[in-house]
Amino acid sequence: MAKHETPLLDQLESGPWPSFVSDIKQEAENRAKNANNVEFQVKQDVCEDILGVLELSYKHGRTHWKHGGIVGVFGYGGGVIGRYCDQPEMFPGVAHFHTIRVNQPAGKFYNTEWLRNLCDLWEFRGSGITNMHGSTGDIVFLGTVTEQLEEIFFELTHKHGQDLGGSGSNLRTPSDCIGEARCEYACYDTQALCHFLTNEYQDELHRPAFPYKFKFKFDGCPNCCVASIARSDMSFIGTWRDDIRIDQDAVAAYVGGEYPPNAGAHKDGNWGAFDIQKEVIDLCPTGCMKYEGGKLEINDKECTRCMHCINVMPRALKKGLDTGVSILVGAKAPILDGAQMGSLLVPFVKVEEPYEEITEVIEAIWDWWMEEGKNRERLGELIKRQGFQAMLDAVGIDPVPQHVKEPRSNPYIFWKEDEVPGGWQRDVNEFRKYHQR
Amino acid sequence: MAFVSSGYNPEKPMENRITDIGPKHFEQFYPPVIKANKGKWAYHEVLQAGVLKHVAESGDEVYTVRVGGARLMSVTHIREICEIADKHCDGYVRWTTRNNVEFMVDAEAKVKPLIDDLESRKFAGGSYKFPVGGTGAGITNIVHTQGWIHCHTPATDASGPVKAAMDVLFDDFKSMRLPAHLRVSLACCLNMCGAVHCSDIAILGYHRKPPMLDHEYLDKMCEIPLAVAACPTAAIRPTKVEIGDKKLNSVAVKQERCMFCGNCYTMCPSMPLADTEGDGIVIMAGGKVSNRISYPKFSKVVVAFLPNEVPRWESTTDCIKNMVEAYAAGANKYERFGEWAERIGWERFFDVTGLEFTHHLIDDFRDPAYYTWRQTSQFKF
Repeated sequence: MAKHETPLLDQLESGPWPSFVSDIKQEAENRAKNANNVEFQVKQDVCEDILGVLELSYKHGRTHWKHGGIVGVFGYGGGVIGRYCDQPEMFPGVAHFHTIRVNQPAGKFYNTEWLRNLCDLWEFRGSGITNMHGSTGDIVFLGTVTEQLEEIFFELTHKHGQDLGGSGSNLRTPSDCIGEARCEYACYDTQALCHFLTNEYQDELHRPAFPYKFKFKFDGCPNCCVASIARSDMSFIGTWRDDIRIDQDAVAAYVGGEYPPNAGAHKDGNWGAFDIQKEVIDLCPTGCMKYEGGKLEINDKECTRCMHCINVMPRALKKGLDTGVSILVGAKAPILDGAQMGSLLVPFVKVEEPYEEITEVIEAIWDWWMEEGKNRERLGELIKRQGFQAMLDAVGIDPVPQHVKEPRSNPYIFWKEDEVPGGWQRDVNEFRKYHQR
Repeated sequence: MAFVSSGYNPEKPMENRITDIGPKHFEQFYPPVIKANKGKWAYHEVLQAGVLKHVAESGDEVYTVRVGGARLMSVTHIREICEIADKHCDGYVRWTTRNNVEFMVDAEAKVKPLIDDLESRKFAGGSYKFPVGGTGAGITNIVHTQGWIHCHTPATDASGPVKAAMDVLFDDFKSMRLPAHLRVSLACCLNMCGAVHCSDIAILGYHRKPPMLDHEYLDKMCEIPLAVAACPTAAIRPTKVEIGDKKLNSVAVKQERCMFCGNCYTMCPSMPLADTEGDGIVIMAGGKVSNRISYPKFSKVVVAFLPNEVPRWESTTDCIKNMVEAYAAGANKYERFGEWAERIGWERFFDVTGLEFTHHLIDDFRDPAYYTWRQTSQFKF
């Protein structure tokens, strides 16, 4: 017999998609049975109470969590999201229900021994409920009490060699696409760069020193599988600057129907036989391709590396060999002055250990934003307020046409005084000698 | 429930403290076939919905079976994932950037037993624990947020609407019949944690009533200037109010200038705004993050309001299903949702989807709003 009636949530147990309600119920049952005699450090019926409070929210159409919550572990200024229920008498199991962010390994690969260790720890000292994973990338332990925070952190670091993730006005947990681990499109080792920078900037991640939050994400190619261009203040997108490699025999195999277009991604639709002209040549955004006499040609100088042709014919077309990253900056959600995607700052830089060319850009951006950024002003908003040129100046990057989608159409152009012969200090009386009032 | 120490000594909190060690190194979690062939992959193929094959230059193969995940999951469920990974995959498993789970095996013969095992597992209520799918030109998992399970600022739930939507879209998770992949995401308020602003179809929690003011507590709980600065439309100003015989510092909200974003509540606990009837859902569409053919795009508001209908949000799921079918019928191969809408024109988009166009959809936020109006005589009747 469940502790709380949940008639509304029960309706989310049917249907084919994995039901979070069924899963929480199974955890509630397992805690009630406690087959392994775990000495639970939060209430045994915490999962019953989370379903209870959620059911109440369904009834009211409103959340039942109090505003905010400031908890954490000594030495760090973030990593834990405090949360308290606004009906603690009704649902004592979730009176405290803090979230702990645990820094995931790059690429989110795991072995089962490691995952089981985390599960054992979280069953013992938390609710047994998680998010796999938070949008930023962290493993999220969902729901524990304040007294357990230091205990969990002690076990994480001492027994498992594992740190917390980020929260607050700091560098948040970086994350990446699968990269070279299992993708032929990857232009650099996203996992290696993600791991390196996460460790390089541990202080900036754990102790808020910024005007606001700041995120890194690493995409191996312009397909953007980790959506860095939309979801990180500094977005690292793999690219190349030499020629796309063409295997003409493989092109013929696509044309002949031997290989499925787009690796078979459209297998269940009725799209007819592959038509290279219609599906590749005519869709190229720059029109830099042609297919004549059974031969595919690419004018690479005009290619913008959008990935379309490579995506359609992965066995025939390969990225170039001179690879690196483009760095884009400023992406953010709407609050306060509108959503932004990353804007191109560094068109191309090689990705080579010890990554100095990359850390130089990061640190120059931080130097500028940490000094000039207003309270709770994302990097993208500072760029809008002070101008793209101010950022280029601060970071020491020369303006190039690649920095804009189009030149400005208004003529409200600022000049620096030293760019103008004679400067700005002028005498009106001198002017009047030639121009009567 | 006796307290069990981990070894941490609260009397000497900084003693034996380990900090700044970061995440585990990724390489120790690579399956052997991944480790051996990293950076040397030749090509890949989607064998069927949910099953990928990658072939390395060495000739090695890795087969990946992708399954749907609820994101919100118990340790019991993770342990079951571990049991499967031990049984079929030598103890390795990974998660995707859209919170699906991927099981990898190094030989084709191992794929079918794995799929049969995964598809045979169901929760007590009848839902699949590990539905195979989410690849190619279909609909994969919905990137989503906390909702009423953990957050204090939502205008809708996350896990519930996502479950309701994925049940309706399930066939497209299991197949690849669409013109291109279609990304759905949800955020329970317009902080837009996740991917709402850049998805093919997005569900966004929204309020429609200005905040209430807890004058008695406001100056005690809030930094008033921060609440003032939190407002994108400058609807908030500091003021003094009389409560009983006391004169208190507080704020005033110009209600006709408030568009209910809730950012002041984020900064000031004394300005709550959640409301049963007022709160609901905005539907956005046409965003993308990839650079394929067209530039990345923001999603646009196409439905200004749908009510929160617990527990299955029928109006929302009907609306999404209808949009998916209109897109499936009208778009060209490889064309993303936003590319299709822009090609046919947004007026035709509203035509073919039957969605109502209301004044709420016309941008009125600062200077850039002008650039969203139509400065041309080109339009379709």
